[in-house]
Amino acid sequence: MSALTRLTIAEARRGLERKEFSARELVRAFNAAVERAKPLNAFITETPEKALEMADAADARRARGAALPLDGIPLGIKDLFCTRGILTTAGSHILDGFAPPYESTVTQKLWDAGAVCLGKLNMDEFAMGSSNTTSHYGPVENPWRRPGDNRPLVPGGSSGGSAAAVAARAVMAATGTDTGGSIRQPAGFCGIVGLKPTYGRCSRWGIVAFASSLDQAGPMTRTVRDAAIMLAVMAGHDPRDSTSAPLPVPDFEAALTGDISGLRIGIPKEYRREGMPAEIEKLWGQGIEWLKAAGAHPVEISLTMTKYALPTYYIIAPAEASSNLARYDGVRFGLRVEEGQSLDEMYEATRAAGFGAEVKRRVMIGTYVLSAGYYDAYYLKAQKVRKLIAGDFKAAFEHCDAILTPTAPSAAFAIGEKSDDPIAMYLNDVFTVPVNLAGLPGISVPAGLSSDGLPLGLQVIGRAFDEETVLKVGGVIESAAAFTAEPAFTAG
Amino acid sequence: MSLDKSAVTHIATLARIRVAESEKEQLVAELNGILDWVEQLGEIETEGVEPMSSVAEMTLPMREDVVSDGNRRDDILGNAPGAAHGFFTVPKVVE
Repeated sequence: MSALTRLTIAEARRGLERKEFSARELVRAFNAAVERAKPLNAFITETPEKALEMADAADARRARGAALPLDGIPLGIKDLFCTRGILTTAGSHILDGFAPPYESTVTQKLWDAGAVCLGKLNMDEFAMGSSNTTSHYGPVENPWRRPGDNRPLVPGGSSGGSAAAVAARAVMAATGTDTGGSIRQPAGFCGIVGLKPTYGRCSRWGIVAFASSLDQAGPMTRTVRDAAIMLAVMAGHDPRDSTSAPLPVPDFEAALTGDISGLRIGIPKEYRREGMPAEIEKLWGQGIEWLKAAGAHPVEISLTMTKYALPTYYIIAPAEASSNLARYDGVRFGLRVEEGQSLDEMYEATRAAGFGAEVKRRVMIGTYVLSAGYYDAYYLKAQKVRKLIAGDFKAAFEHCDAILTPTAPSAAFAIGEKSDDPIAMYLNDVFTVPVNLAGLPGISVPAGLSSDGLPLGLQVIGRAFDEETVLKVGGVIESAAAFTAEPAFTAG
Repeated sequence: MSLDKSAVTHIATLARIRVAESEKEQLVAELNGILDWVEQLGEIETEGVEPMSSVAEMTLPMREDVVSDGNRRDDILGNAPGAAHGFFTVPKVVE
């Protein structure tokens, strides 16, 4: 039944409607693919039995003529989304055994639309990382390999399990979250589509918090249309998230007209950094040509603060993380390490054993930049620069309707590479982080292969709450690129 | 502003993370590496710029001050590493 695992959501939806196959058949094929994908370590928890139950319920609804929009569509869920009664770890040792008594709003919306849960996907610990090597559950392997080179590559991160599973055909699509590039960069590294919606488009309720002013959930799919289909279900106002936008959810699929004639596409000159690899620059140029050929007008724009976005992010995100992660204290959930006599000793021992090296670094940086005497110099300064970064985008969007950039400065690298130097790892997100700081929507679409045969993505950035233009332009790139290359390993 | 070992020890205490003496040297180097790198923000003139804490251009919504959830004691205690008689348990804090 491997043909079933090759379907997109749009195709599966049609096949299910026409009764060419049942949800149970579809889910059985994917359960088998999940099993075959084990060597990638993309899953932390697999839920094959629950998936079959959900498939049967979907089939029953369809039989009585009450099918839902995503009925029977098998998805993987990043292990940052709380799922009722199902282990939720955030990739961390400190959440050992945590089975949430509630369901995140985004996953609840997916289940309410009939989607099926195949399992929980591996990720960088607390979504802190760009290579999925910081997970307590071990690194995820990218299903792609360089031809003639058997070294395992990273899938990117932090939604690395999601990207690897979608690329390997182990799930039809997946949820991800993106705080500084965690949907778009792994989507780029694995040759799939990843959409980070506008801050406030999807509810953050029930998603384990990393940096609350930046975190946003989004779909990771094989096509732009599938991203539109999934986003329509994931999005929407939620009174339980005070930053969730009280706006209607547009018909995102209807935006995929392919008509971008007259659209102005901003090309930020500051992104043309010295040392940008020639093949990335070439792909970017190719993207501009594709959009021109479709009738759009490229315009040069200036995002003057680009170079300061990463250092700003690495003050704001750790500050928010140090506050959010204070809740992991060994008292209410997860790991507890009892050493010494006092409560403080229990806290310190629990957090020392429960957090990995990158999380500890960021919590400590965050603690420092928020501490008395340093708050103004670091945290307040970063918040002011953030305002300037957001202002840059606001000014740029006076002159353009969408912005085109590369997704990441390189293709996937080998597991273990760049792991000695935190800052070298942070540079992966140089093109994606500014978008989070400004709260804007961005999509990564696979656009070509690097000289060593690995996928490269292009990013389209839009105005706040204009995912429709982002999807439309992304769709044009997808059609022009006609990316059909497949990874070295597929599970279905 | 460069951190030394005693500063890192203080930060670790504030963050409630035990750091072994043998790990401190490396942490000093790593944290200073990151702080040196973020210092470049000092190049930017930000006099009079309003700090931005959120991109959501809205005031926090109000709701009725009524109980909307509750009576879930056992659900909440279900994940506790230690619980007794309907309470979380912690090491003794008073003599």
